[in-house]
Amino acid sequence: MTSTLTWLRVNLFSSWTNGLLTVLVLGLFWLVIPPLLDWAIFNATLNAATKAQCAADGACWAFIKQRFALFFYGRYPAAERWRVDLSAVLLVVFLVPAMMDGVRHRWVAVVALVGVYPIIAALLMAGGVFGLPWVDTEYWGGLMLNTVLSFVAIAGSLPLGIVLALGRRSRLPLVRYACIGFIELWRGVPLLTVLFMAMVMMPLFLPGGVTVDKLVRALIALTLFTAAYMAEVIRGGLQGVPRGQEEAARSLGLGYWRTQGLVVLPQAIRLVVPGIVNTVVDLYKDTTLVTIVGLFDLLGVVNQSLKDSAWLGMAKEGYAFAAALFFVICWGMSLYSRKVERRLARATAR
Amino acid sequence: MISRLVRKAALFAVAAGSFGIAAIAGFGDANAQATVAAIKQRGQLVCGVDSGIPGFAYQDATGKWIGFDVDYCRALSAAIFGDPEKVKYVGTTAKVRFTVLQSGEIDVLIRDSTLTFTRNTDLKLQGAAVNFYAGQGFMVKKSLNAKNVKDLNGATICMVTGATLELNIADFNRANNVNIGSLLFERTEEAFAATESGRCDGYTDDTGSLAAARSTMKVPGDWDILAQVISKEPLGIHTRQGDENWTNICKWMHYALLNAEETGVTMANLDQMTKTSTDPFVRRLVGEEGDFGKLLGLDNKWAYNAIKVVGNYADIYDRHFGPKALGLPRGANEQWYKGGLQYGLPFR
Repeated sequence: MTSTLTWLRVNLFSSWTNGLLTVLVLGLFWLVIPPLLDWAIFNATLNAATKAQCAADGACWAFIKQRFALFFYGRYPAAERWRVDLSAVLLVVFLVPAMMDGVRHRWVAVVALVGVYPIIAALLMAGGVFGLPWVDTEYWGGLMLNTVLSFVAIAGSLPLGIVLALGRRSRLPLVRYACIGFIELWRGVPLLTVLFMAMVMMPLFLPGGVTVDKLVRALIALTLFTAAYMAEVIRGGLQGVPRGQEEAARSLGLGYWRTQGLVVLPQAIRLVVPGIVNTVVDLYKDTTLVTIVGLFDLLGVVNQSLKDSAWLGMAKEGYAFAAALFFVICWGMSLYSRKVERRLARATAR
Repeated sequence: MISRLVRKAALFAVAAGSFGIAAIAGFGDANAQATVAAIKQRGQLVCGVDSGIPGFAYQDATGKWIGFDVDYCRALSAAIFGDPEKVKYVGTTAKVRFTVLQSGEIDVLIRDSTLTFTRNTDLKLQGAAVNFYAGQGFMVKKSLNAKNVKDLNGATICMVTGATLELNIADFNRANNVNIGSLLFERTEEAFAATESGRCDGYTDDTGSLAAARSTMKVPGDWDILAQVISKEPLGIHTRQGDENWTNICKWMHYALLNAEETGVTMANLDQMTKTSTDPFVRRLVGEEGDFGKLLGLDNKWAYNAIKVVGNYADIYDRHFGPKALGLPRGANEQWYKGGLQYGLPFR
């Protein structure tokens, strides 16, 4: 009891200003939280066939429930959705060894994740081979599209970013200026502009009859854009590796590629894992921008669903659901990043 | 040195720009007279619709496209293939709609888009037909007792930015010496919420969207939709210039649906009318007489196939805006002989 009082005094009422702030914040909570809980839980309707059956003063989660599959798969044909599920399971199978500690030859797992998995997943989801019916990318959507966009962008931008970061530190002026030019150009334009260029302008420049799939265009734009950021993150790591490491490698007779590949890069990348995860989280949220150029990601499908004449006025439910889903995914990623940081701190402390 | 570089860069930019324009122009020529052939070869009509607007085009819980404009895509598909499902829908935003049409990514744009002078002449698009006469209207609180737009003097109206809504209000203010305030929002949902919470006395949008706005209000009965509109928004079907045959198909599709309503042909009685009607206009419409479909490069049953799946104009309107749907009166979209503006040109 006394310890609780002490804790309160030290943490919440250490001075009169702090005390006042505590009271104010508690008052704010009192004002906001009960109505929010009333809306989201106590007065909410979970099962309803039409909008009219939903309680007027509570959330109508029936709307989300009815469109649950749409939010995850978009318009992907219902009979083929197992292919998306299988791709998701395979993603976990490939992801775990690549991210776990103490796996021997972990780089093999990483290469499999970045190099082999995308091919399997693309064949599985698009089909057209091995008797799988072709599913055009116009039917891809929802959270699946966010995941595809960010996975491909990361898998493509990581190697590209490494090359660009090394190039920017190169002693060859042509290579160096080319890399600087690329990085600064892509970092200097907003992602939305890049997407607009890829979606709206590019078709005008292509010869008649030639069309590049919309999703592919978005993927290329996102990959190049992310690569510029990735390059700068990795360059930060390269600068964090003591010069002595490189000199020592040289004195052992290693050439440029082996010096970078065996000595510098492994240390550099380990240093910037939090930065990379940060870029990934950013990217995952940025993928929602594709809705503006006519691809229906999770947010796009939510927006779209709000226009259903039979279910008008579901904006709060739709956005709350999308926000919760994004939060869970992005929070999961940052949890992993913190775990890696702690392990690195232990490793360097020893 | 630097100025020379700048000049070179400018030259390059101009060259790239003119290449782009040449590409657009060239594309139109290459595609002339070939749209229907391309559609048939592809096995699919690519129809540009709104990426989401109640009544006109939206997706149901299974992801199926539904709506007034969507039914026109289905009708065209049925007219070409005899099957309403051979359509690829491309949801377009206001920003990209005309570019995707110009670039050939879509065959036709049926997306609650207003037919205007500059879209016809400057953007080089063809307005094939007006399938929905709209105008900027107002939904206001009943308690204001407003009978027409001038009564809103001193009131604040919520709306979304990006269209010409606030411009029309400014013009109206100047022309009538009143002061109607505008409050702008990025998304319709925000504007609805602000109207509901009392920040505005009303909401303004195209008449086609007002009924949807009212149905999202907590007590829809507390809101009036004014009969007066302050702008003309003839919404319709856009095609590229250079393929008159394709534009004609889109145009006569709309007139076929209107003529069906006028002559009493509905989705329900189509087969019976085809067998028994002696009215020459009906017989030409359903392909029993004359070669009207052939003259468009289609099957003579083109209109029959379309009406079979979507019904006549009134059927389509009622399905999406009628009393059982959004509850929007026909108004200007009533037939000409009932005081409206919809006037189907004769089949002869």
